[in-house]
Amino acid sequence: MRQSVTINVNGQRHTQEVEPRLLLAHFLRERLGLTGTNLGCDTSQCGACTVLLDGQAVKSCTVLAVQADGSSVTTIEGLATNGQLHPLQQAFWDNHALQCGFCTPGMIMAATDLLRRHPDPTEAEIRTGLDGNLCRCTGYENIVKAVRSVAEQSS
Amino acid sequence: MARYVGTPMKRREDPRFIQGKGNYVANIQLPGMVSLAIKRSIHAHAHIRRIDTSRAKALPGVVGVFTGQDLIDGGVGKLPCGWNVPDIKVPARWPLAVDRARHVGDGLAVVAAESAYIAADALDLIEVDYQPLPVVVDARKATEPGAPLVHDDVPGNVSYTWAIGDKAAMEQGFAAADHVVDLELINQRLIPNALEPRAAAAQWNPFSEEMVLWTTSQNPHPIRLLLSAFTLGIPEHKLRVISPDVGGGFGSKIFHYPEEIITPWVARRLNRPAKWVGTRSEASMTDSQGRDHVTHCRMAVLNDGTITGIHVQTWSNQGAYLSTFAPLIPTALYLTLLSGLYKVSGIYGEMWGTLTNTVPVDAYRGAGRPEAAYLLERLADLAAARVGQDPIEFRRKNFIPKDEFPYQTPVAFAYDSGDYHHLFDRVVEMADYPAMRQAQTQARQQGRLVGIGVAGCIEASGPAPSRVAGALGSAVGFWESGAIRVHPSGKVTAMTGSHAHGQGHETTFAQVVADELGVAFEDVEIVHGDTARVPFGMGSYGSRSAAVGGSALVSSARKIRQKAIKIAAHQLEAADEDMVYDQATGKVYVRGAPDRSKSFAEIALAAYTAHNLPDEVEAGLEETAFYDPANFTFPNSAHIAQVEIDRETGEIALQRYVAVDDVGKVINPMIVHGQLVGGIVQGVGQALWEQAVYDEAGQLLTTNLMEYALPRAREFPAIEHGRIETPSPHNPLGVKGVGEMGTIAATPAVVNAVLDALAPLGVHHLDMPLTPQKVWQAMQAAQA
Ligand code: FES
Ligand code: FES
Repeated sequence: MRQSVTINVNGQRHTQEVEPRLLLAHFLRERLGLTGTNLGCDTSQCGACTVLLDGQAVKSCTVLAVQADGSSVTTIEGLATNGQLHPLQQAFWDNHALQCGFCTPGMIMAATDLLRRHPDPTEAEIRTGLDGNLCRCTGYENIVKAVRSVAEQSS
Repeated sequence: MARYVGTPMKRREDPRFIQGKGNYVANIQLPGMVSLAIKRSIHAHAHIRRIDTSRAKALPGVVGVFTGQDLIDGGVGKLPCGWNVPDIKVPARWPLAVDRARHVGDGLAVVAAESAYIAADALDLIEVDYQPLPVVVDARKATEPGAPLVHDDVPGNVSYTWAIGDKAAMEQGFAAADHVVDLELINQRLIPNALEPRAAAAQWNPFSEEMVLWTTSQNPHPIRLLLSAFTLGIPEHKLRVISPDVGGGFGSKIFHYPEEIITPWVARRLNRPAKWVGTRSEASMTDSQGRDHVTHCRMAVLNDGTITGIHVQTWSNQGAYLSTFAPLIPTALYLTLLSGLYKVSGIYGEMWGTLTNTVPVDAYRGAGRPEAAYLLERLADLAAARVGQDPIEFRRKNFIPKDEFPYQTPVAFAYDSGDYHHLFDRVVEMADYPAMRQAQTQARQQGRLVGIGVAGCIEASGPAPSRVAGALGSAVGFWESGAIRVHPSGKVTAMTGSHAHGQGHETTFAQVVADELGVAFEDVEIVHGDTARVPFGMGSYGSRSAAVGGSALVSSARKIRQKAIKIAAHQLEAADEDMVYDQATGKVYVRGAPDRSKSFAEIALAAYTAHNLPDEVEAGLEETAFYDPANFTFPNSAHIAQVEIDRETGEIALQRYVAVDDVGKVINPMIVHGQLVGGIVQGVGQALWEQAVYDEAGQLLTTNLMEYALPRAREFPAIEHGRIETPSPHNPLGVKGVGEMGTIAATPAVVNAVLDALAPLGVHHLDMPLTPQKVWQAMQAAQA
């Protein structure tokens, strides 16, 4: 049994037949080839798969493609505009906020949503705000710095 | 002279990661590719009476189902152990278990299907007839009479034993002592949990009979060697192993894993590209795990605080099979570190490597060295308390003085350099340790449980002199390769046998090569992780990349410079000895006449046009070096942690963390800082939260990130970090290695802090992880 879904991903409409059980993460990775959305767990803990669904951060391993029908999704690939890095992408680079890079797309997407909700978070608020995202490499410190630096730029 | 080394260059690998263009194995998609899924044992120990795959095979979309016996009939070999201490018994390990499963997660069959969803469905249709067998999970209990045998041909479940040190000197030290402190401790088992689960993809070309395997490995060449010589049987010239972007390793991706055999085997069998991507649960049940020691240790001291003896007995859990380097970890990387930062003559350590019905155990960040540091630093605190000294005063009393380097310990290693007094001066000053203690006294008067923990640790990094490794049981050497190809335009491609999976070699190694040759950073490209593109190399682990891999590139750059000098001298009609290679500019000129010169690009072009080369010089400008280190390097650290415990809940707040490390010379301070902070957080994870838990039946209860607690951002203050630099005297970069130091020191620093907080209640030791529940129970018991 297949169902038709139409999802706007990074500004482009995609209509596809999918199994109802297909996860949004797999839809993005396998159907659309957007492999920037990484999968690090199978119980919705790590946050590596975080994307924006109608502007809000969600773990795409916990959303079915059919649930996203009619919605807009932004993935890490859609964050830069006209070849210009998003301020968070730039800040992650400038602050050495990544090592292996596997958590990075999800971390940046989650931070985007965090800054949307709290444009000027304290360090402690950033640390709690990113509670749903795990990084095994960096010890988080430079991630916090990167997010903080973007808040500072825009305030 | 260095223009790039020592500066915080931004990483050139980052643009792809921050834009979602990382090239991880799971992202590889080839036309006609099948998805693989593996049926795994649900029992920790069971006879496999029958595996019925017929229903799975009948599922539409399933392309093939194969059992362990199919693989053996199809020519696969057993996974070997790469480190063989004397009299070791290496039990058989097949890529898929055949008639007996020995741990939960042991592979039994593989499904190939048109999609990952269908493959997962098919797993449920495979029927396995298990006959459960008695189970043993504890390292020491495995050796007790009557314990179930994990392998019938390994009596008593003891795969090997090992000892080092001078037993008589140790006994003398204890006889002379005024006090002995004694500790039974468990260094709990950890699951490495690199964020990227392991994966493998393979493509077979039936015409050239070449196989390409992409795998999440820290060392593609050794994996190719093992596949060719032992497990898969495709010869090395027909087998290309690529380890592209890898999402963290921490040791767990060093080893040769069954899926690296199964995936190419299926790809060839079906003549279709194949891919296996592990889930987190599979990673938890199959990635080699870390630590798991049961230890009895003792320290002998005089009234004045002098340590006179250290005695250690450890039962080291190896799991159900010996993973690739398992026997190295609790022997030559553990008992050999029992001298720590201290000058002690009477040291003796002995261990038993035992088999149990658990996931195999091997190197995990630090690998043996954290276990040694942990027990030493716990004993040091207990001994300091016994003789009534401050923990730092006690440690200082026993430090190896800086004028005694190189220092030969009684347990094999000769430390290269260090200045431990200076190291501690720095951390005491940075933390304002006296003020911390004062504030603690006040807090205690208010009834608050504030604790300050100190750890001083050493690491042996940069493995290893090949000859030494061979004498200790290694089946391989631990040199590293570095090759530099200068193109006719003067642009440079440098190939390293090291592998980066977060460490940033594409940046740091370019800094090194650019400085060595005097070319621009932008003109140097670093290639790694592909057996078809780089010379045989040993890969990355043991904090070795900079010390060994970096040094290999320095060696090959030196050869390039020598050849460049010859070419320039010839063209400028001067003698080789009269030439100066200016490493700031890459210009080669005649001494005293700087305008009689050739630029690096001119020399490169001349090497390839070859119209005018000296007779003995061949065309081209390309050199390879194989660098074998003269010794390990010995990074060291002084860390201070402060915690406060909530009396009501047992919760621990990490309030301050101050670290000073000596990792030798630094190539890129930004990356070094990142490695140390990341390492510290991982070490705190072991102290406070992380643990692989097995029940009596051998069920692993922590198979996902809901049950296994990784450190989170909110649990940490900003780490205060400083460095001192005593260059390693025996490698050309003076570097010591930085990947593991933070992890090693953080665990004892935090545990010591918690126990310092609990000291007023009379609690002297708790085993990790120090969860709120455990701490609360200890407080209740102490107050009862
Ligand atoms: S993959 Fe979605 S939370 Fe881990
Ligand atoms: S950078 Fe590796 S998991 Fe975050």
